Amino acid sequence: MVCFQILAAAIGAVAVVLVLRLWIVLRPQDVRLRESLNLLVVAGSGGHTTEILRLVGSLSSAYSPRHYVIADTDEMSSNKIKSFERDQANRDCNTMYPQYYIHQIPRSREVQQSWFSTVFTTLHSMWVSFPLILQVKPDLVLCNGPGTCIPICISALLLGILGVKKVIIVYVESICRVETLSLSGKILFHLSDHFIVQWPTLKEKYPKSVYLGRIV
Amino acid sequence: MKCLFVTVGTTSFDDLIACVSAHDSLQIIKSLGYNRLILQIGRGTVVPEPFSTESFTLDVYRYKESLKEDLQKADLVISHAGAGSCLETLEKGKPLVVVINEKLMNNHQLELARKLHKEGHLFYCTCSTLPGLLQSMDLSTLKYYPPGQPEKFSAFLDKVVGLKNKH
Repeated sequence: MVCFQILAAAIGAVAVVLVLRLWIVLRPQDVRLRESLNLLVVAGSGGHTTEILRLVGSLSSAYSPRHYVIADTDEMSSNKIKSFERDQANRDCNTMYPQYYIHQIPRSREVQQSWFSTVFTTLHSMWVSFPLILQVKPDLVLCNGPGTCIPICISALLLGILGVKKVIIVYVESICRVETLSLSGKILFHLSDHFIVQWPTLKEKYPKSVYLGRIV
Repeated sequence: MKCLFVTVGTTSFDDLIACVSAHDSLQIIKSLGYNRLILQIGRGTVVPEPFSTESFTLDVYRYKESLKEDLQKADLVISHAGAGSCLETLEKGKPLVVVINEKLMNNHQLELARKLHKEGHLFYCTCSTLPGLLQSMDLSTLKYYPPGQPEKFSAFLDKVVGLKNKH
């Protein structure tokens, strides 16, 4: 009996510490000035990839190296990214050829997959995501809603919770979302540092979000 | 050469392809002065037979690396509600008719097409109302679609991550 109580107390204490750490990690922090930063972009399937590449295309060469994460069943995105990076390199002949890497992780949810089994596939992609994030140690994670961004962002948060590195998480809700947030959006609204929406209706519903107009 | 381009994206939309390639629709399309119809049919199972006569050409293909060229050629685009196709068409300043796939009613991409329709940037219909719309619509009533401003995003991001501004 006492054993259980001690165990319960220990679990409770760990939970409290973790929540406290999470709170500290997500608290607004002073902006640290820097010359360049290590960027990790979560590209999803189809439309998500097109949208996020438009945003990445607007960034200066200070966002380098660039790491792209895609779901392992997504050949199309891989090709899109390669041709995008080729175009970027051609356009910007003066700057050094920016380095980029493509990483694949197991998909956390296929279209129409049941929610129950999603829990397990998400855990599986967590298992792969965390070592990847630990290895890349990005300064900034940029994502716009494919399911793959959940395990990546949780891993990035864990890095902060464990005190390894504070990773800035920026979430841009897809242009397709006019009235309602996507499921990823609903989750990451609470867990991201900056949450950007592209329609005024969403800004009204979620006053804490950032609205910059239509950016893709 | 007046060209009509129909695109269904990476999926399939058999009802739309069947509808535009039906005899009656082709007559309407011809009567509106189009002499070329290009169908991008994705993985659909309805595959109309291409043909070419002196006054009219029908081209059919499944996918292309990029639809840019066909969008550029088109005087009118008929598209599924996919965000990519809608935005790419509007950015090129081409008049657009979005046809809703009633079999995919819960598709969240409809949100965007509906919104853009409400703001007057495109026409919006179902397969059954498409022929009627083609005959009655006035393309000059469509409003200009201003391009998105990713530079606002990069300026915001530079600020919040603390990048020293070199511009």
